[in-house]
Amino acid sequence: MVRFNNVTKTFPNRKVALSSVDFTISDGEFVFLVGPSGAGKTTVLRLIFHELLPTSGSVFINDIEVNKLKDDQIPFLRRKIGYIFQDFKILHTRTAAENISVTLEILGQKKEVIDKKVKGILETVGLLDKANYFPSQLSLGELQRIAIGRAVIGNADIILADEPTGNLDPKTSWEILKLISNINKMGKTIIMASHNIDMVNSLKKRVIAIVDGKQVKSTKVYY
Amino acid sequence: MKKIGTWQRLRRTPYQSGAAILIMTLTFFVTGIFFVLASFSSSILTYFESKPQVTAFFTDKKDINSIKNLEAQLKATGKVSHTKYISKEEALSIYKEQNKNDPLLLEMVTAEILPASLEVQASDPDYLGEINSILQNEPEVEEVIFQKEIVDSLLSWTSTIRKVGLIVVAILLFVSLSILVTIIGMKIALMKEEIEVLKLVGATGSYIRMPFIMEGIFYGLVGALISWSTLYILLLYITPSIGTFLKGITALSLFSYSGYNVTIWPVSILFMSLLLLVEIVLGMGIGIIGSLLAVKRYLKS
Ligand SMILES: Nc1ncnc2c1ncn2[C@@H]1O[C@H](COP(=O)(O)OP(=O)(O)O)[C@@H](O)[C@H]1O
Ligand SMILES: [Mg+2]
Repeated sequence: MVRFNNVTKTFPNRKVALSSVDFTISDGEFVFLVGPSGAGKTTVLRLIFHELLPTSGSVFINDIEVNKLKDDQIPFLRRKIGYIFQDFKILHTRTAAENISVTLEILGQKKEVIDKKVKGILETVGLLDKANYFPSQLSLGELQRIAIGRAVIGNADIILADEPTGNLDPKTSWEILKLISNINKMGKTIIMASHNIDMVNSLKKRVIAIVDGKQVKSTKVYY
Repeated sequence: MKKIGTWQRLRRTPYQSGAAILIMTLTFFVTGIFFVLASFSSSILTYFESKPQVTAFFTDKKDINSIKNLEAQLKATGKVSHTKYISKEEALSIYKEQNKNDPLLLEMVTAEILPASLEVQASDPDYLGEINSILQNEPEVEEVIFQKEIVDSLLSWTSTIRKVGLIVVAILLFVSLSILVTIIGMKIALMKEEIEVLKLVGATGSYIRMPFIMEGIFYGLVGALISWSTLYILLLYITPSIGTFLKGITALSLFSYSGYNVTIWPVSILFMSLLLLVEIVLGMGIGIIGSLLAVKRYLKS
């Protein structure tokens, strides 16, 4: 469960990125976060991830108030959340497989275990044949797949996806959406920021819309 | 799907790693030299201090009987623990032994020109003055050599070596610490992207810090080992020269502890182990402190 309780975020330059945002997302849900560029979608995701702290209000994950966590607890919060960054944040000195394995390396898992899991994830995201390619040898869509693989390999319960189809051509976009949808079917909670109306409508999932920092609607749409 | 280990990190930036090892080696080499010098001078000092000794040199007119009388007179004071008469012939053989590698010196000297002497060992250094005046008043005594003078000049040498050593070593330690902080800081900067991603996927602070601290310790240890081996080889190489310099002294002990006697001359394994220990402790210390400082300064979240 992810819950925003009257969250306002004002940046030091007095820019109000979010004002009084309230919502609750249940476990296993797939929720779209929509709104024009600059609306505050990324800000919502960063607040969940403790990359930002709310100016007022509270952010909850299950019963944990994220904004009250101590510094040394943040890594453990982040292990429960897979974040697919808008700019990928892929390491250019590492291969596709090595980029995905990072999530497990920091847990100190055995190499054989890691190798096996990475292989499985590479298969899921469709990159098995490119395991040893470096980022410079891969397309944007393939980089996005690496980013997704890295976010899901740690078996995080919540996946945050920040415009994962933003820079991709339509065909690749649909493939990525299908991939994320499949991850949701495996029981993961998905919060996906997007401004692609066709995509949002196609899945018939719940939508939280934000315009200029204000939440304009939170509808439940079921198929 | 390999993990990026310390070795790969070192190989990625060979120049910085080389510079770090170089400055560490230099620092510990100089530290080692001062350690050896200070150990030598203090053990030579102890050697002389433990031998409160006055030597009287006689003119050729002095006959053996009056020397015997003098010995008896000295012993009667109860302030003398030991006396030793050295005849002209004995003086020559000692001289020959000390200069056996120098035929030129041997040719020039005969028993005739060497004086006979009496070595007098006081039972306590405090009695040296009194013994000295007895010897000075004895007829046909040409010269009295007082060990105290040697001890005094040794004392000033020892303290100079210690002071200079402390200052030089402190400066070097400071310089190498700063260089280590800078180099590890550079490495942190080079790995900024990687560190950011590690944090985002949930790495703990200690997971991120650890490799840098290991790297610092590695530099310290390698520097200590290289400088120690170099110093050991150097010491073995100059051992004959030290032997000539120390002349009659056959053994010098730095200290003894629960039955272990740490001999510094001839250079012993035990002494070198002690030096190695000191350098390793220093190396690890600087490595840890330097990397912690760098991490604290450059790894702000
Ligand atoms: N660190 C920041 N400092 C100041 N303003 C910021 C900062 N981050 C984001 N903003 C502003 O907050 C608003 C919301 O940004 P963001 O959440 O990134 O929008 P979105 O992801 O919906 O495009 C934007 O106007 C943006 O310029
Ligand atoms: Mg955004």
